Amino acid sequence: MTRRALFGFAALVTVLLAGCGGGGGSGGSLIVFGASSLEEAMSEYAESFRGADVRTSFAGSDQLAAQIRQGGAPDVFASADTEYPAQLYKAGLVEKPKVFAANELVIAVPTGSQISSLADLAKPGIKLVIGDPSVPVGAYTRTVLARLPGAERRAILANVRSEEPEVSSVVAKLEQDAADAGFVYVTDAKAAGSSVRTVAIAPRLQPDVAYAAAVVKGAGDPALARRFLDGLIHGEGAADLRRAGFLPPP
Amino acid sequence: MRRGSWFAALATLAAVVALAFLVVPVIAVFANVGPWRLLDALDEESAREALWLSLRTTLLALAIVIGVGTPAAYLLASREFRGRALVLTAIELPLVMPPAVAGIALLAAFGPRGIFGPAISGAGIELVFQTAGVVVALVFVSAPFFLRQAIASFAAIDGRLLEAARTLGAGPFRAFATVALPSARTGLASGLALAWGRALGEFGATLLFAGSLQGVTQTAPLAIFADFSRPAGFVSALALSAVLILVSAALLLGVKLLGGERALEGAPRP
Repeated sequence: MTRRALFGFAALVTVLLAGCGGGGGSGGSLIVFGASSLEEAMSEYAESFRGADVRTSFAGSDQLAAQIRQGGAPDVFASADTEYPAQLYKAGLVEKPKVFAANELVIAVPTGSQISSLADLAKPGIKLVIGDPSVPVGAYTRTVLARLPGAERRAILANVRSEEPEVSSVVAKLEQDAADAGFVYVTDAKAAGSSVRTVAIAPRLQPDVAYAAAVVKGAGDPALARRFLDGLIHGEGAADLRRAGFLPPP
Repeated sequence: MRRGSWFAALATLAAVVALAFLVVPVIAVFANVGPWRLLDALDEESAREALWLSLRTTLLALAIVIGVGTPAAYLLASREFRGRALVLTAIELPLVMPPAVAGIALLAAFGPRGIFGPAISGAGIELVFQTAGVVVALVFVSAPFFLRQAIASFAAIDGRLLEAARTLGAGPFRAFATVALPSARTGLASGLALAWGRALGEFGATLLFAGSLQGVTQTAPLAIFADFSRPAGFVSALALSAVLILVSAALLLGVKLLGGERALEGAPRP
């Protein structure tokens, strides 16, 4: 390698390392971990959020919580349940969580599907896709199923073909026509547009789907992180959430 | 001299840093909670089912790769034709393809909405959400490792050996079976070990194409991913990781013992 090439390589490495340093400086930046189902609404809010450059990472709430437990440190964690933020709070990893939205569980089916009720999911041969037990959407799904008579619950569970890591991959399996039905949030079905149709779940079976968020301990700028969180409860974030179909916190 | 000595010191430091960086995470898998807790975690049904499924699907995939790949590699190694380089590149492409891309590609081809989806379901074959779909994904990502090595090994055989066999009256199959196969066996075996290693580690294509269900499509890497996000699942994830590391190490060691460094690089063409 020539001397010039060596210098060029060293310069490149320096530039790349500098780029890895993250926000820093005066501009103010926030890293937000959000539940997969929040992707649309929260991206919009993050983009319009004034005073900071907000970077988002969306995945199953359980994966995000696991990352925080393993030392990953975003500034804000927004979960699709209240359970994971509560656990992290108890472990001293986040500040006191606040409930900022509610949602509803529905059955989503490909547009041309014959399925018209929860009972149809018990029919033999139906390919059902649900969330993994540890992701909130999977836990809510099991809450619904637990309220059904034993025989019906077992018949539906026998039709489960895949337990997906996050709600967005349940929707993807439906859009690919790979599955006949899946349990998702009403907001996901709305975002999927015309490719899926929804079948409502009776109110007596409906789980309490509440979203909680918390400022993560050690956030670079806790005041900024709190302002972002407050905006989710009553501000532009709340407006973006309503537009996407989320309900106000109970 | 002095210039040389500072460089030697720098290079030694670089070697130490590189080795530590690569080895520390591997050791940490075993040391994080200690071997006994790992063994306990392996006693869980989901862990055992995942490992058993991984073993079954990878062996089935390897059988397909050997059965189809060996004669195909022999042909490609022994014939000159227009576009050969292009064909070889196409075969190797999945080697460098990101696993998620492989999954999307398989869906686009063989998924329910894929180009061949209707034909496949018309033939009564189900791949998505089925163990068969896992095998398809494994074959797709691992076959290139075997093919590449097999083609190089067959190409390295002295052509006069095959010619001699033919002059002595051996048909094409006998020449292949009695001369080519034994001569290429170390290369084939190391290609097989590498393919097996890749198949055992396959994650993204399987999740996208076949889904994840315990005992049906949830192979060990998928179980590791699922375990990680469970509140107390990190130990189970470590335990399965430890098993995969040990198996991969054994495979790599096997390759080294079989053919030394040469087997990994592919023998030169004559």
